Amino acid sequence: MQETTANKVAAHATSSFTEHLQRDRPELLPQYAPFAAGTSAAQPLAVPHATTIVAMTYAGGIVMAGDRRATMGNIIASRHIEKVFPADQYSVLGIAGTAGIAIDLTRLFQVELEHYEKIEGTLLSLDGKANRLGAMIRGNLPMALQGLAVVPLFAGFDTAAGVGRLFSYDVTGGRYEEQEHHAVGSGSMFARGALKKLWRPNLPEDEAISVAVESLYDAADDDSATGGPDPVRQLWPVVYAVNRAGGRRVSERDLAAIAGNIIESRAAARREA
Amino acid sequence: MTQQFYVSPEQLMKDRADFARKGIARGRSVIVVSCEDGIALVAENPSPSLHKIGEIYDKIAFAAVGKYNEFESLRQAGVRYADVRGYSYDREDVTARGLASVYAQSLGAVFTAEQKPFEVELAVAEVGASQDLDHLYRLTFDGSIADEHNFIVMGGQADKVSGAIEGGWQRDLSFAAAIRLAVRGLVTDNEAPDLPARALEVAVLDRSSESNRGTRRAFRRLSDQDVVELLAEES
Repeated sequence: MQETTANKVAAHATSSFTEHLQRDRPELLPQYAPFAAGTSAAQPLAVPHATTIVAMTYAGGIVMAGDRRATMGNIIASRHIEKVFPADQYSVLGIAGTAGIAIDLTRLFQVELEHYEKIEGTLLSLDGKANRLGAMIRGNLPMALQGLAVVPLFAGFDTAAGVGRLFSYDVTGGRYEEQEHHAVGSGSMFARGALKKLWRPNLPEDEAISVAVESLYDAADDDSATGGPDPVRQLWPVVYAVNRAGGRRVSERDLAAIAGNIIESRAAARREA
Repeated sequence: MTQQFYVSPEQLMKDRADFARKGIARGRSVIVVSCEDGIALVAENPSPSLHKIGEIYDKIAFAAVGKYNEFESLRQAGVRYADVRGYSYDREDVTARGLASVYAQSLGAVFTAEQKPFEVELAVAEVGASQDLDHLYRLTFDGSIADEHNFIVMGGQADKVSGAIEGGWQRDLSFAAAIRLAVRGLVTDNEAPDLPARALEVAVLDRSSESNRGTRRAFRRLSDQDVVELLAEES
């Protein structure tokens, strides 16, 4: 009798918000019933897709940036969408793929980390956070097979090791640690090409931010689904920098200046690319 | 089989209440003070890891006296309640009033239905944009809920400590002054003439955490070092 009570209490003790929802409030978890057989894949569902995210390490931390465009087929679904989010004090998350599912997943991931911190009184390790995110992506695999994939890029400051680290994922939840820099989304190959030329070890923070914006500029140049800086509407990429002191969003004013410099120098060069 | 004696409901409730009161009176005091900078929570607690004060949500904190296992399970239930609510509606929709009413119901249910009542007393504090919008709720073992103003004192010698706080409380206290006042109150409950920082657990709900620290989470636990500095500076 006593033993079963103890077992029950121990089995019920969880620090995971997702686990708590699964057990007590399963209807609150994002769930999408798979389509009936036969209706799948012939025509991809017309929903907004988020595009390019870049991330890189610099001296003392990481920088992550995302453009502001979401597309739906050949239509621009949004010029204002934000695809890079703070996951907690020391990590950020960028999403590419089906925007609706990705935003749901981000919200759940943010609560998951905060919930753990409050219950346990300590932060999850960076590896712990990265694994947790992998498990959540794996949960979306049935939808990914129907064409509604979410591919995140995760980066943060590892307070134990004292370095910034990057993680990429595949749709099965596979987690891969990336070195130096990485990009995901439709414009990622162009962004990665730019990063290979622009990135160097131990960049100072301001230069790293500028490199991130420039690589998105190059992605937007060749990928129709990626939006470049928009001086008409005053829209700039969303950029976060995370270091030992925590994460911060780079201000619109700084980004306007950085984007302005890039556009100016490219215009002055009068070259094709 | 033994004979069941008749016990009147009045007697039964009184016995339960006496039992719970005795348990709570053994504990050290916890003080929650609303002041100009926000809300300060101060407890006498020699353990650096078994907390009596905790964060529930953006603007809401929790403080308790009594049996650790009982209030810890209530704290975790509160965090779950708040996170589920904030996740399914919006962060703004999590309020201290809602949480306090859930606590009152669970304490009341345990008091009447379970083998033994919870030997705890809780405070739920919510910091508002101005001092008039602060909320302090006190919850006792039988599920009674009281909406308090300015400060709450709970635990062993609450009456004596309460007198000391009442004498020194002013509307425009800073965090440092409010914490010093609370520590002076705690000392009246003590044989020792003063309390070292490592015997104190101190946390604050920062009224302007968005502008001061760039986060909507107002709760901040102060380290021993911070407390030593606060106690040392005299206004």
